[in-house]
Amino acid sequence: MIVASQVWTQVFWTSVIAGGLLAGVPLMFTALGEAISERAGVLNIGLEGMMLVGAYAGFLGAYYGHSMWVGYAGGIAAGVLASCFMVVLCVWLGLDQIVVGIAITLAGEGITSVLYQSQFSSTQPRLGRITTDPIPLLDRIPVLGKTLNGEFPLFSQPLIVYLGLGLAVVLAWLFRSSNIGLNLRAAGEKPEALDAAGVSVVATRSYAVLATGALAGLGGAYLAIAGTGGFQDFVTQGQGYMAIVIAMLARGRPLGVVVFSLMFGIALSLSGLLQIAGINLSPEVVHMLPFAGIIAALMLFARRAYLPPALALPYVRGAR
Amino acid sequence: MSTETATRETALAAPRPGRTRTARAGRTLDALIRSIVPVALALAAGALLLLALGRHPIKFYGDIWANGIENGSWQDSAVRMAPFLLIAAGLTVIFRANIWNLGYNGQFLLGAALVSGYGPRLVDDVPLALAMVVLFLLAGAVGALWTVIPAVLKARYGTNEIITTLMMSFIGIDLASILIKGPFHDSTTPLPQTAVLSKMLPNIPGTRIHVGLLVAFGAILVVHYMLTRTSWGLRLQIMGANPRAARHFGIDLTRLIIVAFLVSGFMVGLAAAADILGLQGYIRTGWNPAYGDTIIPFVFLARLNALAVVPFIAFFSVVSTGGDLAAANANLSTNFLLVLVGLILLFMTVIEYLGRRRELGASYLTPGLRQALRGPLVRRRQS
Repeated sequence: MIVASQVWTQVFWTSVIAGGLLAGVPLMFTALGEAISERAGVLNIGLEGMMLVGAYAGFLGAYYGHSMWVGYAGGIAAGVLASCFMVVLCVWLGLDQIVVGIAITLAGEGITSVLYQSQFSSTQPRLGRITTDPIPLLDRIPVLGKTLNGEFPLFSQPLIVYLGLGLAVVLAWLFRSSNIGLNLRAAGEKPEALDAAGVSVVATRSYAVLATGALAGLGGAYLAIAGTGGFQDFVTQGQGYMAIVIAMLARGRPLGVVVFSLMFGIALSLSGLLQIAGINLSPEVVHMLPFAGIIAALMLFARRAYLPPALALPYVRGAR
Repeated sequence: MSTETATRETALAAPRPGRTRTARAGRTLDALIRSIVPVALALAAGALLLLALGRHPIKFYGDIWANGIENGSWQDSAVRMAPFLLIAAGLTVIFRANIWNLGYNGQFLLGAALVSGYGPRLVDDVPLALAMVVLFLLAGAVGALWTVIPAVLKARYGTNEIITTLMMSFIGIDLASILIKGPFHDSTTPLPQTAVLSKMLPNIPGTRIHVGLLVAFGAILVVHYMLTRTSWGLRLQIMGANPRAARHFGIDLTRLIIVAFLVSGFMVGLAAAADILGLQGYIRTGWNPAYGDTIIPFVFLARLNALAVVPFIAFFSVVSTGGDLAAANANLSTNFLLVLVGLILLFMTVIEYLGRRRELGASYLTPGLRQALRGPLVRRRQS
């Protein structure tokens, strides 16, 4: 019976939230990136590939550089490199964003697997546990300081998590009340208007896509370094696609992205925790719950997930 | 405009027979170049990549040829073609409507789970032919069913189908896994898998190729006929080109979108049936071949033409059959093939772009190339 199990302890619930945070942070970084590029009118289906190259580069950096920060930097660099394809082909040349995105995903899946197999297939090294930074005072709250399965306690997270949450707040502010945010939105809503105002649509979108690549690469790197503690083939398991869904559901609002990412992160990590707590719920059921819930919500409320009108349309000056 | 002038204009516009032939030949040649050059470039880039990885490219490609075509291994390639062709047929239909069905993995796996769940009992109890037909239809129906929600949401409320099909795909994959572990689990083994089929699809006489390939070719022909020779196909194309114009013509968009989705899902379901009944024989949890991901490029290379996709799929079947062994020989991950497919896609878009620029008579350098180097988010100029 559920009542008798550990589910009703506070430790369990702090573990749920901590686990959701651990699994949700890669999603959050990636979805924040997607939110930026969607605002600017570029639909980035290549997110999965960018996350994977980020994860692999992050793993390499952390493994050889013996520092998670080298890993994060490597992940960002690899993500930016992958997004350069998107910038040149989709933004500069105006080619189909979905086709190029699928190509980047396929190539990213393939190349990371090939490289990993040829370098590490026999050793399959693991990365050490990374350091966390407790928030003074908050981490001393008795119940919140413990987790069931060794996840980072709620108030003792790696520094990069705090930075990520801060980034979401900064982005929210940027989107709402800065010139850059306005330009980004104009590039997605009505690129002609932005062009007429004397701002380059191509440049705006290019920087947006590069930022997406950097964030997706960082998300992948965090996944490899903190989440799984190593790289495997297809380690992202569709999280890039999940990030697209999150960004669309959050309607491109950074704080919405944070909330949805945490929710999906909990769904990704909950089944393991339930098992520890003595409940055998199939991981698939837990995993599909958020998707089923969102589909149900979409059907009930028939709400249009808002998308910028110029999304996935290349901008050609003077066309139409 | 009077009928008379219209006829005269048509007569004027129609070139003489001789010229038509050259024009058509030119267009065919153009299409051929645009389809083959990306593949060749991708193979060349792949060769460079192989060199960089310290492998021998000529040996690698030679191995693909030897293990994908020679010594009767072309028959193995042909067996792989069956599900590929069916997925390609399904994707062609929906992409013609300019709608993205990216939920093919979920549709495929659910169909596969149901076929391998009900298949073992059905083939033992019912005459084989009947059992096979029922299983194919069942898989097709499940695939179609799995597109209903995205289709209705898209048709009624304009909800973005990329996000809904992707979510349905995730749910479908999980559900297939639950089915395999639960009701369809083979009780004789602790492994999470279904019972192995006692009878499979019969082979085409004289070959090792199962009749699923014929089903696939049939589906390709049907789809090609529907798209090019029926009013439904024309309506679909109009909607794909310009939904607003389509509504203006009095086309029932809601119905058209839903039917296109159903056909697409049905074909993907058939692909699952062909793969399970002809090749796999059972299904295990975690098995997700994600065929659709690698099929998409070839559907585009064929310019959404159901017949033209056949040679591309044949090519890819050879590459994937021979590639498995070639990669093993070269001590390389088979996922190297994904890189090749990705490269084909990238080069295809670039070639397409160059062709379009040439047609327009414009310079190959875009204004965007120059503009992008300008400062970020330049402020409004002072006037």
